[in-house]
Amino acid sequence: MIEWLLIVVDIVSWILLIIGSICVLIGGIGVLRMPDFYSRIHAASLTDTMATLALFSGMILQAGFSLAAAKLFAIMLFLLLTGPTATYALANSALLSGHKPKAAVLEKKVE
Amino acid sequence: MQPRRSQCLPSPQRGAATPANLFIFLVVLVLAWLLWSGIYKPVVLGLGVFSCLLTLFLARRMVFFAQSSELLSMIRRLPGYWLLLVKDIIVSSWNVTKIVLAPKLVIQPTMVDTDGAKLGEMGQTILGNSITLSPGTVTLDIDDGRLLVHCLLKKDAMALKQDDIVDRIKALES
Repeated sequence: MIEWLLIVVDIVSWILLIIGSICVLIGGIGVLRMPDFYSRIHAASLTDTMATLALFSGMILQAGFSLAAAKLFAIMLFLLLTGPTATYALANSALLSGHKPKAAVLEKKVE
Repeated sequence: MQPRRSQCLPSPQRGAATPANLFIFLVVLVLAWLLWSGIYKPVVLGLGVFSCLLTLFLARRMVFFAQSSELLSMIRRLPGYWLLLVKDIIVSSWNVTKIVLAPKLVIQPTMVDTDGAKLGEMGQTILGNSITLSPGTVTLDIDDGRLLVHCLLKKDAMALKQDDIVDRIKALES
């Protein structure tokens, strides 16, 4: 019974690791395909977020119930907390330096 | 819609840190460090003490302690919020994946003004970071409780206008 469970955990963790790797790849492709700076950030955030989540969940499952798993979880948390801050710094400084986004502006909520 | 250069200097001390606050924070830092490092040689321990004290100094300088009680009361409700956020992230990741891999690149870049004025400073930070975390939406600027958000799809911009996420964070705060 326990062996079966271990095999299932192994399979799930491999699926997560593969999903994470694919997300990194797609993020890279997206950065190349997108037309301008601001839309490239969106593609990069796929690598930033989804890949981090999937890869670290996969690694935590591989580590099992141990101190290493707790450390991996903490690293994932810190990456997810600092990633958006870095993205914000990048996007905000581009905006403040006068790089105008080519985007439609959605006006007030339709009541 | 014109972004304004926001104030970089720390605001004046509102709730100054009490010695008890500082002490508890230091104990947590030291425990975390000891657990993390696992190597107990004098040099490494010295570096640990140095980094703990540096963190304490920086946290105090950032006026972290003015908000620490707010943060502590939030911690109980955070895991539930994270679960919802992860669900959102998976859905929007799938949407962005479809856009990136489609043979013909169809995007509708849209900017939207989200109103976060009813949230505290911590709530606005969480809101901005959550928006940036989900693929397809990026916070460009926060000013006076208004968040300027750049969206890859018009659909996402419309969803942000519905204020669902703001209400969710409001519930997290209170």
